[in-house]
Amino acid sequence: MNKCKQFAKEKHFWHYKNMNYIWFFIIIISIISALYTGKVDAMVNSIWTGAKQSVEICLYLAGIMAFWLGIMKIAEKSGMVSFVAKIITPVARKLFPDVPENNRAIGDIAMNFSANAFGLANAATPIGIRAMEELQKLNRDKKSASNDMCTLLAMNTAGFQLVPTTVIAVLAACGDKNPSSIVLPTLLVTSVTFLFALVIVKLLEKISPAQPDLEKEGEQHD
Amino acid sequence: MIKTFFDCISSWLIPFVIFTALLCGIVKKVPVYETFVEGAKDGLKVSVNIFPYLIAIIVAVSMLRASGAVDIAKNLFDGVLAVFHVPADVLPVMIIRSLSGSAVLGVFSDIASQYGPDSFITKLTAIMVGSSETTFYVLAVYFGAVGIKKFRHALLAGILADIIGIVTAVAVANWLFL
Repeated sequence: MNKCKQFAKEKHFWHYKNMNYIWFFIIIISIISALYTGKVDAMVNSIWTGAKQSVEICLYLAGIMAFWLGIMKIAEKSGMVSFVAKIITPVARKLFPDVPENNRAIGDIAMNFSANAFGLANAATPIGIRAMEELQKLNRDKKSASNDMCTLLAMNTAGFQLVPTTVIAVLAACGDKNPSSIVLPTLLVTSVTFLFALVIVKLLEKISPAQPDLEKEGEQHD
Repeated sequence: MIKTFFDCISSWLIPFVIFTALLCGIVKKVPVYETFVEGAKDGLKVSVNIFPYLIAIIVAVSMLRASGAVDIAKNLFDGVLAVFHVPADVLPVMIIRSLSGSAVLGVFSDIASQYGPDSFITKLTAIMVGSSETTFYVLAVYFGAVGIKKFRHALLAGILADIIGIVTAVAVANWLFL
């Protein structure tokens, strides 16, 4: 429970802190350049059309997200997600060499990947954080990220996803006759990015400054 | 030829996933209907939660476009971007996609409704958005949850992966949709 609250806090803190400035600047720049280019009327009108448009997008999004998450809930409950996780567990073990044989982290990492792939972000994040906590227990320097922690992070920042649901919803909202045609091109890009992210993180691991404790004593951790 | 093949797989993937999920559900004696309804409720919650963010960004971005600011940026960067067939309107997508998922969706919807679903720019942005993950947010959440202060090579890896994602999206869009 406490972890969940903490997570929610982090999430919102991050979102507000950055978007505050970006949003502020987008609007300020718009107003200034509208004055400069003399397009004030057009800009003011765009507020109303933009507001109308976001309602339309949101309605489509609600429909498609509700349907897809409904199907994905079945995938989750029927064990499909954990089945995929089981298949990729051997690969995960190779990617995280510092995790001991029977540690729960590997299973959680596989599950995190699988849930992300199916677009179940709400399920994936808590499992991913649980895996991160396990890795932190194995970590020697609690303030700096271990190699395995960086790898898990790279897996998540690359964001491999099978079906880009929200993108399909937006395309459908804008009158695309065949919005699902975007699935394979996106899948291609997301796969390439994911593989590159893993290669990059493993390469950087070699040149990244070692953690202070690991440098001095090269022995096995408990 | 390749495009038809891609379209074919694309349209079969979704029914395939649905079919497998339902079949697994019935075999494992999951009450599929009730489970679906339960999940659909979550989906509705997601879109209700996302709405305020969406309206904030879509309105701000359409103001930005209408004000002529994008045209100014276009004149500055068009030479470089034109070589790779990247329209200037995609610039905000490249920057925001690593920062906020709902924001980038807002920018994307603005582009899609402005240029229509069949335009090259919409296809390119769709691929870019669909394959993106909010790198900085993931960093903050995952490392924040366990109190990591030094990110070591995780930050650079995330940023490099983002750049590769953008480059690959441009390459695939050029290959398939130009």
